[in-house]
Amino acid sequence: MADSVISTKELTRTFGVFTAVNHISFDVKKGEIFGFLGANGAGKTTAMKMLTGLLAPSSGEASVNGFDVYTQSEEIKKSIGYMSQKFSLYDDLTVSENIEFYGGVYGLPTKTLEQKIEETLYTVELMEVKDALVVSLPLGWKQKLAFSVSILHNPSIVFLDEPTGGVDPVTRRQFWERIYEAADKGITVFVTTHYMDEAEYCDRVSIMVDGKIEALDSPENLKSSFSTDSIEDVFIRLARGATRSGA
Amino acid sequence: MPAVEVHSIYKSFEEVQALRGISFSVEEGELYGFIGPDGAGKTTLFRILNTLLIPDQGKAAVLGLDVVHDYKTIRPRLGYMPGRFSLYQDLSVQENLEFFASVFGTTISENYELVAPIYSQLEPFKNRHVGKLSGGMKQKLALSCALIHKPELLLLDEPTTGVDAVSRKEFWEMLVNLKKQGITIIVSTPYMDEAKLCDRVALIQDGSLMQIDTPLNIVKGYERPILGIKSKNTYKLLQALKQYDWTHSAHPFGESIHFTEKREKPDVTALKAFLLDNGIDDAVIKEVEPGIEDSFMALMKKEVAGG
Repeated sequence: MADSVISTKELTRTFGVFTAVNHISFDVKKGEIFGFLGANGAGKTTAMKMLTGLLAPSSGEASVNGFDVYTQSEEIKKSIGYMSQKFSLYDDLTVSENIEFYGGVYGLPTKTLEQKIEETLYTVELMEVKDALVVSLPLGWKQKLAFSVSILHNPSIVFLDEPTGGVDPVTRRQFWERIYEAADKGITVFVTTHYMDEAEYCDRVSIMVDGKIEALDSPENLKSSFSTDSIEDVFIRLARGATRSGA
Repeated sequence: MPAVEVHSIYKSFEEVQALRGISFSVEEGELYGFIGPDGAGKTTLFRILNTLLIPDQGKAAVLGLDVVHDYKTIRPRLGYMPGRFSLYQDLSVQENLEFFASVFGTTISENYELVAPIYSQLEPFKNRHVGKLSGGMKQKLALSCALIHKPELLLLDEPTTGVDAVSRKEFWEMLVNLKKQGITIIVSTPYMDEAKLCDRVALIQDGSLMQIDTPLNIVKGYERPILGIKSKNTYKLLQALKQYDWTHSAHPFGESIHFTEKREKPDVTALKAFLLDNGIDDAVIKEVEPGIEDSFMALMKKEVAGG
């Protein structure tokens, strides 16, 4: 597809006899908010590692921003943004130092970088604490900052791995407003979450069970095809059939 | 006698005030929830209750005993499941359970009945190393280990954080069953939807309790009528609502935006006209019931406004 930012065909990854990701095929369109759901152990992390150029597939095809995951993983890494719940910022650097550091890693020119630091501090409303160490910030603030940092270099797609876990309900929503804003600017958002209400904020949602994508559609269509009024219900019905819980 | 009675507890770590004067009591046999985000003070509170941490100020009694002076008597009567997995990764499933039983001077067979509904699901994998279990399985084993000495009180610190929706549901089914056996359970969670399964909940934020009540009373206390507004373009709708003069709050809640007005009774006709003027012609508006999360957010807003 011409307007696809991610395209996979029969993408598979095995570890010994274990098939973590089992022939998954899907496309993510430009500017889309794509929710990547699945139970613990369903294969989401393995799939994301392949799509971010960190892990070579065992078989199948995948491209991200038109780059091939087998041969162009370095180009992929430069063209994407990534943030996770577990690690995103350096606790012992200040707010501005973190922005500066990542700007440097992404190779932004000094002039652009100065402007980006101002801009970011303003968008995440952290101007007043710009010289505070990140370790002293509430989790929700950190996550908002981490997101802004992950799109500092204007990537065409950003991968968010459980970005809102444990974040308070108000900040969680502010975080999603940032996501909407990014998508509005044309940045494709690929996001995982355990909050089922957040699945509703996505344009399309895929649900992975035991290494396979068992459902992929808009939240609205998923609900109507399962005759239910919540995504949680759809998720539970699909994931309850999982056999991998012992893995 | 209440199972837990806490009076005006304070605890600070260097610059951080983790708990700022917390008081509550938990009745025997109650399933009591602390609901709040990361950094609210839940773990500090649990560590005071389980006698691992001494409060700066205030008093706490667990099973009628003082947490500071009587810690040795309290410990064997408690079951504690910390937020991070407490299991030994390089021991097998069964070895972990045996270890916890022996620490408390008991055996698996002595209290097997109590853990059976949970542990039996793990028995097919009893020789597997814990490091190789999925998150959901580890969580079940950790609960079995916290239960194996038949404690009178269970303290579960964020047992469902980072766990998928299916395992979360199963876990809460287990808690409801344990409650039926008369064990008092205190559990913390950042997931607001889990509140409804508790007898009573305490909403905790920034080291203070904002409210304590039954889940039903908490939502009943919600002051304003909520309108649920749906549109194909949620972001545009949200942006528009922020510009509206009468907007008190507008927050995405799953498929709709929960909206409240500054005036007592919202004017749906005026709202529709405003949205239409702003290019939103597909808005579907209907009144919705508040949930715990609505209440939590309203209380947060009040705390901020109150300074």
